[in-house]
Amino acid sequence: MNHVFGLKVGPVSFRIGSQWRGPVAALRRLYAGYPEPDGVCDFTVRLEAERIWRRWLRPSVAIRGDYVLPDAAPLPLAQGLLAAEMGMNLQMALGQKRFLLLHAASVERDGRALLLTGHSGAGKSTLAALLGERGWRFMGDEFALLDLEDGRLHPFPRAVSLKNESLGLLNGMDPGRLGPVLEGTPKGTIRHLRPNPEAVARMGEAARPVLILFPRFGRGLEPAVREVGAAEAFMRLTQASTNYVALGERGFDALARFVGALPSKAIDYADTAQAEALIDDLWPAA
Amino acid sequence: MAASRYAADPPDAMRRVELEGLTLLYHRTSGLTHFLAPPAPEILDALAAGPASAAEVAASIGERFEIESEDPAAAIAARLAELEAAGLVWRT
Amino acid sequence: MRDARLLVRLLAEPDRAGEVRDWTSLIALARAESLIGSLAWRLEGLDLPAPVEALLEAARRDGEAARVQALWEAEMARRALAPLGIPVILLKGTAYAAAGLEAGRGRSIGDLDILVPRRGLPDVERALLAAGWEWVKEDSYDDQYYRRWMHELPPLIHRERDRMIDVHHAILPLTARPRPDMAAMVADRAPLADGLFTLSPPDMIVHAAAHLFADGDLAGGLRNLWDIDRLLREFAERDPGFWTALRERANRHGLLATVERAVRLAHHLYATPANWGQLTVADRLYCRRLVARDGWGRAKRPLTRLGFYIRSHWLRMPPLLLARHLWVKARKARR
Repeated sequence: MNHVFGLKVGPVSFRIGSQWRGPVAALRRLYAGYPEPDGVCDFTVRLEAERIWRRWLRPSVAIRGDYVLPDAAPLPLAQGLLAAEMGMNLQMALGQKRFLLLHAASVERDGRALLLTGHSGAGKSTLAALLGERGWRFMGDEFALLDLEDGRLHPFPRAVSLKNESLGLLNGMDPGRLGPVLEGTPKGTIRHLRPNPEAVARMGEAARPVLILFPRFGRGLEPAVREVGAAEAFMRLTQASTNYVALGERGFDALARFVGALPSKAIDYADTAQAEALIDDLWPAA
Repeated sequence: MAASRYAADPPDAMRRVELEGLTLLYHRTSGLTHFLAPPAPEILDALAAGPASAAEVAASIGERFEIESEDPAAAIAARLAELEAAGLVWRT
Repeated sequence: MRDARLLVRLLAEPDRAGEVRDWTSLIALARAESLIGSLAWRLEGLDLPAPVEALLEAARRDGEAARVQALWEAEMARRALAPLGIPVILLKGTAYAAAGLEAGRGRSIGDLDILVPRRGLPDVERALLAAGWEWVKEDSYDDQYYRRWMHELPPLIHRERDRMIDVHHAILPLTARPRPDMAAMVADRAPLADGLFTLSPPDMIVHAAAHLFADGDLAGGLRNLWDIDRLLREFAERDPGFWTALRERANRHGLLATVERAVRLAHHLYATPANWGQLTVADRLYCRRLVARDGWGRAKRPLTRLGFYIRSHWLRMPPLLLARHLWVKARKARR
């Protein structure tokens, strides 16, 4: 691996190796200001050519590392940064065993955390990024890390991947926080946004969660709030977790405590201003 | 011909949490998590005392709860079959 | 880290953990060789840097969860097959875990592998399908090939639990040259408490050695050889007559040379207390292949690997059959 980059995000550190200079250079710029791993890295990601000639001829990046998806299609070199991000996600999804992983975004205010969970496209990345610019501390948009012992959420503030329509959110953003525009990816046009300096500086501070939200975004939706039963929340969260089964009884206990202790609500919204208003209403008094 | 007798793991093989009328069950032997609605948890309780046939389980449950069904024994037998497929109960 | 020799040394002599400078590379290598669980158990209790200890502790717990799941699959297969009265023999990692063997500790276990007498296959197939397992592949060419020549049914997966089961009736493909005495393996099986069985200790080694050399291009070889080292130590400790029994049994199955090679390599790499002679020239090539992975987890030494890949297919199939098989596979791939 000719080009190497080390990255620490919250409690997890990555060693990323690449056969090409480009992806590592892009990572360095996107993650400027992030700490380096000290000591051992939790995971290794490799960006490499699938066939020897693919290093130079229409170069395409196979995503490999400690944990791999056997049939994963390689990406063109121009999307090398995306490959690195997907590689890190894959290591977390398949290899993370120290925390219960929830496919969710999280933000913090007054020392208490809000969890936003739901299908892809429900808008949680965009919402979390937006809240992070409006007085909340951004903790993560892809994975929430639930502590198995004390039930707190640990930040995992990777770059936010914004797609297609959400790209409008980036207008007026400091360009130094933005990654390159990546067109023609499997998910359309993507651009990455580095979390703001406060989120980066405080990536080591866990927070006690107080509310679980299932946001649903749709242009025609009326803003609404619905109760979600604890059993339903439990089921939906296990479906949103890649490592629940591997964690056995500890995962069961942590998740049961989590949904048992916190209110769960579903919110419908048609634009982010509505979502913000609903969240402000629901946010419990300190 | 004697009816099949069903058996279940002892209670300490299972970790149960009640959440608004549903029972979340972590089955230690399998590492699997199940969502159970009545009368499934009651069936497991009945089998904690030892193996029993569907009719015996229905009778035991019927002493403490009302089973809403025209044919309680058949309803219990159907739930037992589901529990068997899930691995929580087996036939001896 | 240029190759896996440090990993091998550490497994054999865990007290040398203080010599490790680059834990990230060692862990990446161990994960790539499916040895992270075994390594984590070997290093348990040693004074290691806290972040390293956290990763290894997570690996130990993960191994424990895998063990529970594997034994559960065995139990569900037992429940489905018990009414048939056919002996069901657990193989590989599940067998080691079920028998409480050291080789099972920290071992990553994939599919459930069982061995049944060939005559029992139709009933076993029916019972598994009735109990919720279904075929993985729909392709009829592969099906015919499998049923005629391979040593196992086509793969089955359970529709609810999403876990695979491989039902073997022999330990090597019928097209391979050594023809182990399967009736003797079944007859000599060792009972477990619940009605399932494992192979007898010597047969377990014969199977592991055959699997290591004849059933692949040595991918995962370090892990298979570690299994063999752990098994040999434990069996020899229980029974002083084990080594003689092993030689006799291996000879009976036409796999003496294979077992001898496995013991020589285990002694050389993992210091198994059994000196069965000097390494041959071929042995050294095997060693080269076995440790050919770097600190990024990449398989190295591609020419050595290619040689082993061709050789492993040669062993499984006579040349004409191999040609036809590869041609049909290539045709289908291009469609």
